[in-house]
Amino acid sequence: MGNGDYAQDAAPKGRKVVAELRGVSKYFGEVCAVSDLSLSISEGEFLSFLGPSGCGKTTALRILAGFEVPTEGVVILDGDIVNSLEAHHRPVNMVFQQYALFPHMTAAQNIGYGLRQRRPRLPRAEIADKVYKTLDVVRLGGYEHRRIWEMSGGQQQRVALARAIINEPKLLLLDEPMAALDRKLRKEMQIELQDLQRQLGITFVLVTHDQEEALSMSDRICIMREGCIMQIGSPQELYDRPNSRYVAGFVGTSNFFDGILTDNKGVLGTVRVNNEMPMQASHGSDLAIGQDVCISIRPEQMKLHRQGEGLWVKVLNRIFLGEHTEYLINHETLGDFLVLSPRQAEMAESPFNPGDRALVSWEPSAALILDNK
Amino acid sequence: MTQRTRNWLLLAPAGAWFMVMLIIPLTVVFIFSFGERAPSGGVVLAFTFEQYGNLPARWAAFKNTMTLAPIGTLSALLIAYPLAYFLAVKANPKWKTILLVLVIVPFWTSILIRSYAWIFLLGGRGIPALLDVIGIEGVRLINTPFAVLVGIIYGYLPLMVFPIYVSLDKLDKRLLEASSDLGAKSWKTFLQITLPLSIPGIATGCMLVFILLMGEYLIPAMLGGGKVFFVGNALVDLFLQSRNWAYGSAVAVTLVVVMLITVTIYMRLIYRLGASREDVSIM
Repeated sequence: MGNGDYAQDAAPKGRKVVAELRGVSKYFGEVCAVSDLSLSISEGEFLSFLGPSGCGKTTALRILAGFEVPTEGVVILDGDIVNSLEAHHRPVNMVFQQYALFPHMTAAQNIGYGLRQRRPRLPRAEIADKVYKTLDVVRLGGYEHRRIWEMSGGQQQRVALARAIINEPKLLLLDEPMAALDRKLRKEMQIELQDLQRQLGITFVLVTHDQEEALSMSDRICIMREGCIMQIGSPQELYDRPNSRYVAGFVGTSNFFDGILTDNKGVLGTVRVNNEMPMQASHGSDLAIGQDVCISIRPEQMKLHRQGEGLWVKVLNRIFLGEHTEYLINHETLGDFLVLSPRQAEMAESPFNPGDRALVSWEPSAALILDNK
Repeated sequence: MTQRTRNWLLLAPAGAWFMVMLIIPLTVVFIFSFGERAPSGGVVLAFTFEQYGNLPARWAAFKNTMTLAPIGTLSALLIAYPLAYFLAVKANPKWKTILLVLVIVPFWTSILIRSYAWIFLLGGRGIPALLDVIGIEGVRLINTPFAVLVGIIYGYLPLMVFPIYVSLDKLDKRLLEASSDLGAKSWKTFLQITLPLSIPGIATGCMLVFILLMGEYLIPAMLGGGKVFFVGNALVDLFLQSRNWAYGSAVAVTLVVVMLITVTIYMRLIYRLGASREDVSIM
């Protein structure tokens, strides 16, 4: 599974670990939902599980919540092994996809539900007081007597959030909480959620298939694929130093050139691309000579120019995107790929037009040799 | 053709049926109930309250109906709810359809035949004989209110199971997870989430069974052996045996009125209980 180099399954140093998975696997009958998950979550961090549907990210969340008992491995919460501790005993709360609000209760009754389950009982006045405070925190003051179906999607989401955070959980689990919102509202909620997390200091664990959402909100992202963790790291680490083609393709866009590794001795390795063209690129991972690899170069790391050193290419198409201009270009060996040219570069030199010949170049350190999986 | 005429035309068959089969007969019975018995049987139209004055003579039938119908409904509810809950929540999806069919299967057999089966089961050579073997002697089941109750519950159970099953089946199971996540033990989740959200099903089931039980006559006739009889049995007797149509009509009108009053009170109660819960939308 992946290359150890960049996979950081240890939490950032100096912070207390609130939750930990050690070698956790879950099988549903013969089907493996997650396999050998190991990671630790430290206090106050915002961690996201990112991956396509069916990659096991929701199962991982449900294992933390206590809805699924892992087939193998150990789940640790706040220092205790909690493998088979039922959900209602865990200091963990979840914001469900579609929110799962109780339709026969008002907003306030929904939010106070968790406090009403506490034993010994909390005084009514204390519950009411906390409910009102939490309503204010999620900016729903005045909505306490609303029925759930009288509220909009965004308001329902705030109720779901309030219902969870009022219990001051050790971990707040969010299962695709923004999936049902429209794009504009989603942006707003992302910012609000981040603010809330900083303000409350609660550890957030988010599950999402939306890379933009994960990149913009998380301290660390755990990229998953077919039940396995591919890489864990900060958004920037994942973007700059992906450990596999999969991660590079999932976080942002990249150009990939397939080839075979022919030299891995120096700082830069050599790849014979498409069986003919040797190209140099940095390799941080333990790849063997003769292995199927690819070179990944981000479109914004490539430069188009008219003179100097570079590969001769043909411009196929040009799309103006405002701050960037996207060129689709063709190289006779490398095939078609994308170059993203920033506005300043476009201003400095006259833009290229479809049909033009141009030179393309990049810093060797911007090209990464990656495992081709 | 305007939309309006089309609507009326579409409603016409149902409307005609309603008129011919319900409104007219009810009116006839209402008119008859103020008449007198003709010497040869049948009715002579008149305007007298004599028949209503005679109602206390049939008090036993009303008493039986008004005790056994609610008890039967309640018992059916208590038996049906766990069954419906199991079918909707716990049953393996693979077996669900088969189990549901098993609940309906008895409906495919005539209630008459099924009641005969109970006559044998509850009769001297059935369960009492078995009890005799293990030393409990002299138990008499057939022709008792208990026998009628057993027959009623058995016959109407599916009508109670289905509405409850439907309301539990459409209950969003994530609500149960959410409740557990928020710290509620499973029985508290049941009391606070499952039960309130299945009230529409309970209300429908109870209503269906109760109304049908009020008019029941076959089961008391067969399992009550003439000792435990309902208003329905009294009506059969009055119309077919004694041919006292006027008196029969008065009993029938009284039954309808009693039924309407009970149902109205019941609806009020349910509405009060379920006012906030009806129109339960699972997002």
